[in-house]
Amino acid sequence: MKKPLGKIYRTLLLAALFIAGIMVERIGLITYLTDPYEYPIILGLLLRHLYLVAVSISFATIIGLAAGIFFTRRRFHRYAGVCMYIIGLGQTIPSLAILALSMSFLGIGTKPAIFALTIYSILPIARNTLAGISAVPPSLLDAGKGMGMTPLRILLEIELPNSMQVILAGFRVALIVNIGTAALSYLIGAGGLGDLIFTGISLMQTEKLLAGAIPVTLMALLADLVCKLLELILISKGLRLTEQNKEAA
Amino acid sequence: MITYKSVTKIFGSGKDAVTALDSINFVVPKGEIVVLLGPSGCGKTTTLRLTNRLETVTQGNIFIENQNIMDINPVELRQRLGYVIQAIGLFPNKTIAENISVVPNLLGWKKDKTGKRVDEMLQLVNLQPDIYRNRYPAELSGGQQQRVGVARGLAADPDILLMDEPFGAIDPINREQIQNEFLKLQAQLKKTIVFVSHDIHEAIKVGDRIALFDKGKLIQYDSPEVILTQPKNKFVADFVGADRALKVLGLITVSEVMNHNPKNLVRADERTEHALKFINDKKFRYGIVINGSIPVGYVTPAMLTYGEGIVLEVTEKYPLFLKEHTSLRDVLSFMLMYDLTAFCVLDDNGNFTGTVTYHDIQHVVKKSYTDEAASDEGAQ
Amino acid sequence: MVSGVFQFIANNFPQALYLTGEHVWIVGVALFIAAATGIPLGLYITEHEDIASPIISGANIIMTIPSIALFGIMLPLLSPLNMGLGKIPAIIALILYSQLPIIRNTYTAIKNVPPDLVDAAIGVGMSRWQRLKEVEIPLAAPVIIAGLRTAAVMNIGIAAIAVYIGSGGLGVYIQQGIDRAYPEMILSGALLVSILALIVDGIMALLERAITPEGIKVRKKLMQ
Repeated sequence: MKKPLGKIYRTLLLAALFIAGIMVERIGLITYLTDPYEYPIILGLLLRHLYLVAVSISFATIIGLAAGIFFTRRRFHRYAGVCMYIIGLGQTIPSLAILALSMSFLGIGTKPAIFALTIYSILPIARNTLAGISAVPPSLLDAGKGMGMTPLRILLEIELPNSMQVILAGFRVALIVNIGTAALSYLIGAGGLGDLIFTGISLMQTEKLLAGAIPVTLMALLADLVCKLLELILISKGLRLTEQNKEAA
Repeated sequence: MITYKSVTKIFGSGKDAVTALDSINFVVPKGEIVVLLGPSGCGKTTTLRLTNRLETVTQGNIFIENQNIMDINPVELRQRLGYVIQAIGLFPNKTIAENISVVPNLLGWKKDKTGKRVDEMLQLVNLQPDIYRNRYPAELSGGQQQRVGVARGLAADPDILLMDEPFGAIDPINREQIQNEFLKLQAQLKKTIVFVSHDIHEAIKVGDRIALFDKGKLIQYDSPEVILTQPKNKFVADFVGADRALKVLGLITVSEVMNHNPKNLVRADERTEHALKFINDKKFRYGIVINGSIPVGYVTPAMLTYGEGIVLEVTEKYPLFLKEHTSLRDVLSFMLMYDLTAFCVLDDNGNFTGTVTYHDIQHVVKKSYTDEAASDEGAQ
Repeated sequence: MVSGVFQFIANNFPQALYLTGEHVWIVGVALFIAAATGIPLGLYITEHEDIASPIISGANIIMTIPSIALFGIMLPLLSPLNMGLGKIPAIIALILYSQLPIIRNTYTAIKNVPPDLVDAAIGVGMSRWQRLKEVEIPLAAPVIIAGLRTAAVMNIGIAAIAVYIGSGGLGVYIQQGIDRAYPEMILSGALLVSILALIVDGIMALLERAITPEGIKVRKKLMQ
């Protein structure tokens, strides 16, 4: 059953790419992208987009990790539920609204955009960090403490490595949503590939539209891939084997 | 040496306060295994965790080598003690070598010293270093993981080992094997060990002394033999089990009771009439048949009366022979199995060294018991 | 500023109501169709493990595509059919985005039904359909609803963005507010959309709890 299905899958994919290629050519996307006048502008927007994503996700990761770690410390554990709920509310608010709100209070430009993007990306990371660390078996923590590990060592050598899978899952979600939301930040004056997309829509210029939409999509897909690689790098082989054992059982 | 002085531990406060330990006093001698034994909630694990300051005493003091543990930095203290727990607690994200190296690394050992030590420890617990060093806990069986747990506890060569039901998570077959290996290890290393268990059999097997707890109080602190033969009260007697006579027999070996010069020996090539006369004259109930220097079986007067020829022809062969280190409980079991009241003992070379009879066993049990009617409240 | 927002909504109440209605309509239709396709699909792949993985991966990839990019890509594709702009591409995109949470939750929920219960059901002589109806779906329902809940909240957010391809809805206030530099309008839009999201989330949460079979609720309570 698998073999013919795989073949069908692959053929469909190739067909789709082929059709896409023809359409793209027809629309004049390639000409647009390689136009020496447009090219630097497009590149500039791409770099700006990357800049918005990179800065905001970095802040969000630091804050999110810190928050997640903070609320798993014994003293603050009881506040975890309340705080996560509040941050969770933030996630229910649509991304466009957060950008708009940010603009209303902070004006236009990259700063409000980065602010909004950071806020929006904190939750998945914080929540997953909290969940991941909470899920570390208490016997491991007891063993570590009993052997004379300092709390910092326990965090770095036991808690974080054993939660890495969950934390990375949160990071991945945050990153991908971030890339998409960054496309919207054009609307509050932050530039980025959203410029091409929105202009393309309003002017009905398909080549502009796709020149923005496709790179954003590729960026998101690439980010997904990078996260998978990070998984291989950051997650100890021992943990992957433990997972396999659990699944086999 | 660990000294517990008036140690009291209360959890919670006010109405919800729970007294886990109530003024405990005892001393763990150097180089011995003391088993903290008792039913759930008796305070044995709490005592252990107070020792490495995972919990703090409410009242009283604990001294290690005459130094109050409260005067030592807790992290340093724990690094000095070995800690092995029931859940094993091997860190799944680290290799076996990394797991074992945890405390040495905390103590700042040099890399090659640590590496050598890891290999030493693995060999000590019968796991080949080359194979297991770079494996992960997920790749090991429960029994192997537990051994690594013990190796990890011993890695920094602590004088004192704290073990909380360390073999609890292993299946009974492997558990026995690991207990035996552990005892062999201890004979070699002579560590001071505080060992928590809820299993009376394990306590008897492993402990040099047993501290029996109940509801936070230390009820009796003695060697296994004394606890079995002189239970202080009904609780101890019940906990130890109604079959404690048998349990005591488990602690005594053949060599301690055997008769090295049995008189009722009969030669295999003797004529039955002569053997019969010999037995009847001496008023023996039976004779043990020896072929040269090797015991073969036994003969009763009845068998000799109705037989003809030499003794060997009418000898009933012994189904088995005892070794000098066989426990008396096993001997009793054999006696019941084969419906015999005597067996012969062979040494490691197969030479006949003596006999053990049911009477010998009865005698030794009687000797070690105090008058029960006086010590317990006449129960059962 | 805050009073200005309430003022604005009060002054434009009928319009605000209309836009909210549009928004709910788009999300509602999309959710309904998505559930109609997603839940059966999720059920189907529990029986056909070999395509489970590619299907879930496919849905995952769709989710990875940023919403505005998907709108953008769909535009030239659907323009020939005259469906490039307006509510229809919005609804289509919402349906596609909802597939992952719905399919994956359905699949996982059914898979997590304790196998001994399934065995018992088979042993008693239930047909596949009966088993689904009597045992598996009731037990899996809360998780399936949770998937719908995730999809619903997500869709409310994406529908706000869809204003840029002409779908209407509360995004209109945000879009026009930004264009006209009219802060009260922007905030009204943002506020209404957020409130809508919170209300829908709350309703779905209640629905989740209502659908949890009594026995499981009791068990959960005892476990706490």
